[in-house]
Amino acid sequence: MSVPHVLLALLSEGPKYGLQLREEFESGTGEVWPLNVGQVYKTLGRLERDGLAESDGTEQDGPQKRFRITADGQQALAGWLRTPPDLTSPPRDELVMKVQVAARVPGTDAHEVIQAHRLYLLELMQQWTRLKEGEARDDLNLALVVDAELFRLDAVIRWLDAAEVRLARAAAEPPRPAYAPVPVPQLRRLGAKR
Amino acid sequence: MSRPEEGGGGHSAVSVLELRGVSKTYGQEPAAVHALARVDLSVRAGEMVAVMGPSGSGKSTLLTIAGSLEDPTSGAVLVCGMALAGMPRARKARLRRRVIGYVFQDFNLLPGLTAAENAALPLELDGVAVPKARAAGLAALEALGVADRAARFPDQLSGGERQRVAIARAVVGKHRRLLLADEPSGALDSVTAGEVMRLLHEACQRGVAAVVVTHDAQLAAWADRVVLLRDGRMTGTTTRPPGPESLLMPGETR
Repeated sequence: MSVPHVLLALLSEGPKYGLQLREEFESGTGEVWPLNVGQVYKTLGRLERDGLAESDGTEQDGPQKRFRITADGQQALAGWLRTPPDLTSPPRDELVMKVQVAARVPGTDAHEVIQAHRLYLLELMQQWTRLKEGEARDDLNLALVVDAELFRLDAVIRWLDAAEVRLARAAAEPPRPAYAPVPVPQLRRLGAKR
Repeated sequence: MSRPEEGGGGHSAVSVLELRGVSKTYGQEPAAVHALARVDLSVRAGEMVAVMGPSGSGKSTLLTIAGSLEDPTSGAVLVCGMALAGMPRARKARLRRRVIGYVFQDFNLLPGLTAAENAALPLELDGVAVPKARAAGLAALEALGVADRAARFPDQLSGGERQRVAIARAVVGKHRRLLLADEPSGALDSVTAGEVMRLLHEACQRGVAAVVVTHDAQLAAWADRVVLLRDGRMTGTTTRPPGPESLLMPGETR
């Protein structure tokens, strides 16, 4: 998870208090990912234990404690920023499965199934776009989150378009003779270091 | 909002554009191509409708018929409550000039005219006195944030600026009610394309009705309603989505 590293990034600007970190975390991610205070202090505790952050007051826990990043913390942060997230294995996608099996269920029109999902995705995209038009106009972090979401949903719609074409072609063509399955090449796992 | 000058009876304000059972067939059977099949679509003032569909689904045909550039094979087209069928040619031409604005993918600005002259052109063609037309053209450029480009020629403008001028030209004057756009941000980068859609949406909020044809879901998502077209038929339409609030802070569910 990226919470510890986002906190390190906020500390790289200068020493900060826990509550301040929580506030900046939420606004820094466009207020889309909520973070509770307990999580903040638990994470800070772990960062301190691992020597990535340190606090100035050791006498008491709580809001009076100010945290700063250590040299090790800075190094860990730099490494994290440049480590690609693990995208090698395709996620077990519910929508992909639904479209895959739709054609097998008797009495089911795969196009109708696809259309229902497409309309839902478009409605979601309309909502994100309203956000982009409103609040995200003056909020760079929110705009980045909204863009990411719109591109992601857009990609799903494009996949539905492609799936629809493939299903139509498959329905029009006679089934091919059976052949031995081609082994899927093993994808090399990149990054993925936690 | 003032009434369209050409608006007939009292019901004209209901729908700016109405397609009733519109079909369009090219060629003769058995080789006939059914570009549109019994399409019903109604667009109110202030509403932006996006029409999406794969190429060949009839999107552009729908737009040319809505803009009275082509007649349907059957069905009725009403603009501001007036049926286009049987309308005298001169009247139809005036409606096209005065009430309907067009935005195309390739901007279609006249290269020999400045931004201000391009924006004022529909009014001048309509016989509005030049100073008055220029003032309206400037006001339209102002509303689209390109007033400072008024004296420039199209080749001195960026793609995004050119499309802003094209939108200004499509909404210039007092009588424009219907905006028809065909892939209005086709060649622009995605951030600039989004700005173009934002401007079209803002034009709608000032009372214009718009139909935007696009194959791009991110652009269609700017619309109040998205209509899906496939093989000339309307196969679905989004229902009005709830506000964006539901997306924020979903709490523990993530």
